[in-house]
Amino acid sequence: MSDVQQLKPKDFKSDQEMRWCPGCGDYSVINGVQAVLADIGVAKENVVMVSGIGCSSRFPYYMDTYGFHGIHGRANAIATGVKVANPELQVWVITGDGDGLSIGGNHMIHSLRRNVDMKIILFNNQIYGLTKGQYSPTSPQGLKTKTTPYGSVDAPFNPVQLALGAGATFVARTMDVQPKHLKEVLAAAAAHKGSAFVEVWQNCVIFNDGAFKGWTEKAVRDELTVNLEAGKPMVYGKDQAKGLKVQDMTVKVVPAAEATVWDPTVASAAPAFLMSQLDNDPAMPRPFGVLRTVAAPTLDELVADQVGAVTGKRGPGTLKDLLYTPDCWQVD
Amino acid sequence: MSSELIRQDDVTIRFAGDSGDGMQLTGTQFTDTTAKVGNDLATFPDFPSEIRAPAGTRAGVSGYQIHFSSSDIYTPGDAPDVLVAMNPAALIINYKDLKPGGIVLVNTGSFTEKDLEKADLKSNPLTDGTLSGFRVIEEDINQRTVEALEGTGLGKKDVLRCKNFYTLGMMYWLFSRPLEPTLEWLQMKFKNKPELAEANSRALKAGYNHGELLRLFQGRYDVPKVDDAPAGTYRNIMGNHALALGLVAGAELAGLKAFLGSYPITPATDILQYMSELKNYDVITCQMEDEIAGICTAIGASFAGRLGMTTTSGPGLALKTEALGLAVITELPLVCVDVQRAGPSTGLPTKVEQADLLQSIFGRNSEAPLPVLACACPADAFDCAVEACRIAVEYMTPVILLSDNYIANGAEPWKLPALEELPRFKVEFVTDPEGYWPYRRDAKLARGWAKPGTPGLMHRIGGLEKDAKTGNVSHDPDNHQLMVETRLQKVMNIRDSIPTPEYFGPPDPDLLVVGWGSPYGAIRSSVEALQRDGKRIGRIHLRHVYPLPHGLAGIFASAKRIVVPELNMGQLARLLTSELPQFKFESIHKVQGKPFFAPELKVHFHRILEETA
Ligand code: SF4
Repeated sequence: MSDVQQLKPKDFKSDQEMRWCPGCGDYSVINGVQAVLADIGVAKENVVMVSGIGCSSRFPYYMDTYGFHGIHGRANAIATGVKVANPELQVWVITGDGDGLSIGGNHMIHSLRRNVDMKIILFNNQIYGLTKGQYSPTSPQGLKTKTTPYGSVDAPFNPVQLALGAGATFVARTMDVQPKHLKEVLAAAAAHKGSAFVEVWQNCVIFNDGAFKGWTEKAVRDELTVNLEAGKPMVYGKDQAKGLKVQDMTVKVVPAAEATVWDPTVASAAPAFLMSQLDNDPAMPRPFGVLRTVAAPTLDELVADQVGAVTGKRGPGTLKDLLYTPDCWQVD
Repeated sequence: MSSELIRQDDVTIRFAGDSGDGMQLTGTQFTDTTAKVGNDLATFPDFPSEIRAPAGTRAGVSGYQIHFSSSDIYTPGDAPDVLVAMNPAALIINYKDLKPGGIVLVNTGSFTEKDLEKADLKSNPLTDGTLSGFRVIEEDINQRTVEALEGTGLGKKDVLRCKNFYTLGMMYWLFSRPLEPTLEWLQMKFKNKPELAEANSRALKAGYNHGELLRLFQGRYDVPKVDDAPAGTYRNIMGNHALALGLVAGAELAGLKAFLGSYPITPATDILQYMSELKNYDVITCQMEDEIAGICTAIGASFAGRLGMTTTSGPGLALKTEALGLAVITELPLVCVDVQRAGPSTGLPTKVEQADLLQSIFGRNSEAPLPVLACACPADAFDCAVEACRIAVEYMTPVILLSDNYIANGAEPWKLPALEELPRFKVEFVTDPEGYWPYRRDAKLARGWAKPGTPGLMHRIGGLEKDAKTGNVSHDPDNHQLMVETRLQKVMNIRDSIPTPEYFGPPDPDLLVVGWGSPYGAIRSSVEALQRDGKRIGRIHLRHVYPLPHGLAGIFASAKRIVVPELNMGQLARLLTSELPQFKFESIHKVQGKPFFAPELKVHFHRILEETA
């Protein structure tokens, strides 16, 4: 492996022209990832981007790193194999709400529970973009799409709740329209050892434009979103005047001075889950930032440790040991 | 007083009892001891698919057949000489298979009214004439075991659990086997429960002495060891175990570390279990959340530079279909083992069939060719697994290796290969950025393997079609045609690295038998028997079923008629007909969840030979 030189974000761009629709939120995310990789100073050859199928899954082709564009829903499983086979690699999973939560939902929850050391970016645009506009497992009830002409009747998943429920050791949410916040969250994910799940609210300008507008537009953003920062009180609103207070297992709106200090590192996932429930209440702000980050052994390191321990105990196996066991007998 | 030994060269015993009676253990102990004595042998366990069918019922009967001999044998035997029946259900579903005049050892301790009722019997087969024509030996094995273990302080339930070792002891006496290997095994097995080691040892010895003292049997048999067995080191091996060893050895011979991504499924699970024990061979095993994750982790591991492997059975192979296509288009090495079972769907999970052949060769969307191999018997599973690894890395391709239930759970003595004779096919990863592109190919058309972590070789591969030159995504029509043809040609080139199958038989035979997979033993036995009778019959066995090896047309042209026995509805015959349409392939097919037996094949072949004459 080569010495790590100081790379710039553009060094992580491949020579392939990006083919997302003009104005698509995906551009913002790839810029953020390239900036973070340059900042952390990782060598290009040690990065592997793995994706499934969907608009966002073209991502690896646009990165000058190793990349694997998999099949629909299976990015997490492929990435698990990459990371366990070579724990030295920094592995990123690029997936979407259809890819990661519908067809790949099983692999998503299992890779999270195993705490495979990989960064998972879930591009949530609440729609199937590549297949041109069908509802997804995160589409809100009532959404009219090509397959729900009278409105969707399915109840949606809340991605961060799902990740928390699956035991993820890092869960965060950010949005395409706030590049600075996006970069901070991705940097925190990159620094986390273990499965880091990042939901990005990503606008699909073509098939579901403005899906998040009700929260992300400048005019409403301050009142309807709250940025959770470790060690800081949970404040939001115009002039950061309002606060959130956790009391009696509920979250209450209080003056900023009375706000609870946010701590995503507590062992229990309950506070993070409580915050994620704010999504269900239209009167409350939706949470962004790092909801949970806790340390736990990773699958790749446990696997490697076990191989090491068994080898230490039994000695490295040879072909001879493998075949010529004590229960053999000799014919002359 | 010792009975006189009657020499017998070939014996088949079937142990049958309730699933809870420990018949599989009894059978494997008899097998291991018999292997050590120096007989050739083959076994066939037959257990119910229900985990615990109600005790004493027909559905709960578990059987284990062993065929052992003083000469080379290739099948677990046809009609047993001896049936051990631990209860009425075991007796009633097995006695019809016995040879006329065969011995039935019955445990009368389990023949109460209630036992008969559980087995759906209106009258007692021991008294109603059912067993006329057989030599029936009745013994209350339950009671004998209780007597033998008096004073051990074990509860009645634990005592009765030892009855299989009592029975084993009787069989050891009858066939003059030594007790030591089993006694040693018991010491090891129950290292931490000496009271159980002691009780089972006592039961075993008591059963043996009982044979000696009570003269239950009319004589005692000696099955001398094989005299002309080739010199070497031998080991008794089951098919799944041999296959696991072959996968680990194959990775080693490629200079790689093995990675197995899998999911439990009958009858392939043992391979995952065996490989999970071999961590000190730098083997990583991951039991994943499903079949698809199993193969996808293996593909990811191959991308990262390990040798990815996955193991499954038919329904699981169906689930892995899309990912196999991904391995085809990304041209990564991968070994996918399918231990076939009877289907369709869940089918008969513990029974044998060879009906995944066409699924393996053609069962993917679009043009997704990949090589398919099949093993013939437990020992052959090792060689085939090594060969599958060789093809995977030399041709940068997924390989499907077919085994089946009959091979997986059958056992036979395996003459171990000399280490220096094993093939070596060490992988050279690409490290030089000069002139590198992802689909740059060697003379065989295999692309170079560059693994992540290598400076200057960053590249992207995936399920979208790629430009033959740059490796970038390409929708160009001519490029797609070129890539499809190149991938097919690459797989066809594998023929240049495999031998033409050896033909065994007289020149210009009246009948040529073409076999693949586990019918190997029954075909060989029946063909050799007919050859001894002077019939003009010959045989070949196909290890490589796709692509077919060079040179087959020459062999086929010499035969008057060609017949293909298969445990499916004629899948290889169909493949041969389409690949070599100038010949007529007749199919013998059987789909009963049972293997072919040599006598039934002999009847088929005989009929055809008569017609040809
Ligand atoms: S369809 Fe939507 S998600 Fe896909 S590239 Fe276009 S804007 Fe982006």
